[in-house]
Amino acid sequence: MKLAVCIYEGPYNHEASDSAYHFIKAAIDKGHEIRGIFFYHDGVYNVTKLMEPPQDDRHIANRWSELGATGIDIVVCIAAAKRRGIVDDVLVDNVRISGLGQLTMMAIEADRMVTFGD
Amino acid sequence: MSDDIKKIMFTVRNAPHGTIYVYEGLEVKLIMAAYDADISVVFMDDGVYALKQGQNTDELGIKGFEKTYGVFVDYEIENVFVDKQSMEDRGMTVDDLLVIGEDEDTEAPIKPKVVDAAEIAAMMAEQHNIMSF
Amino acid sequence: MLHTVNKSPFQNSTLESCQRFINKGDVLLLIEDGVYGAVAGSAKSAIVEGAIQSGTEVYALSADLKARAITNLIAGVQITDYAGFVDFVEKHKTHSWL
Repeated sequence: MKLAVCIYEGPYNHEASDSAYHFIKAAIDKGHEIRGIFFYHDGVYNVTKLMEPPQDDRHIANRWSELGATGIDIVVCIAAAKRRGIVDDVLVDNVRISGLGQLTMMAIEADRMVTFGD
Repeated sequence: MSDDIKKIMFTVRNAPHGTIYVYEGLEVKLIMAAYDADISVVFMDDGVYALKQGQNTDELGIKGFEKTYGVFVDYEIENVFVDKQSMEDRGMTVDDLLVIGEDEDTEAPIKPKVVDAAEIAAMMAEQHNIMSF
Repeated sequence: MLHTVNKSPFQNSTLESCQRFINKGDVLLLIEDGVYGAVAGSAKSAIVEGAIQSGTEVYALSADLKARAITNLIAGVQITDYAGFVDFVEKHKTHSWL
């Protein structure tokens, strides 16, 4: 089944990003296709390479980047990103910045959409 | 694919202005309205506050959106609903609600349609996907 | 439908609201701070007890329960994991009650 996941909150501050990650890993393990992952609202902060968490903590941006490296389409909303000072230069590899049209296509093409936020 | 138009519902449950969710959620609705999708918007819980007419954000210095809600119908976002109990719990009536457009023929103002929880639950069950905004 | 709730019932009324929109055969999954709604003997236990009595299947996410040291669940609340969460999503359309 094709699943899409939206993430609305920033990293560390809220559990949303962790919940989404664990959910997606479990979905992949079960053989589902991840149609896309979309970061919106403060969720755009999840994939900046500027973050440097303590070594004994999870590295949220790298985790998303590694998922992106497997071919999953990870999209950061351009309007939400620009508003918050997030631009291409600060993004980790394997994620892309694009418009809300991408979210629309995910909502239409995915069999299921699950949202994690506040 | 094109004859298989998907039903997408937006649920608005946050109050306006205190957080950005309602505002950025509106941007999604306007974009999605340009695509081939059968959109509906349901305001429930504190989301009904977003429908209150007479909002003025000038002193906050932030962009309001009452004017944009006022042209929902022009954007072909016509299926706009408000949960009856959420509205009543907050002491609001239909008179408090802003206008989302006007009737093409009669120019009569169109307001969001008041529905109950059972109707909303039935609509939810028909959707292809539901987005929380 | 699958309804996910991620708020403590002591923080806001999301859990209570959500109940009004649950149809027969729907599943309610408590995640994140939502799992506090599954605790037995609290001032808010009646919400989930009522849902169970009216036939809603209520689940709580094990990772979130463990993280919060919650062991005293309301009778009838079932425990699931992320794999179970995925299975619910496969079976049902989802509304995330954020």
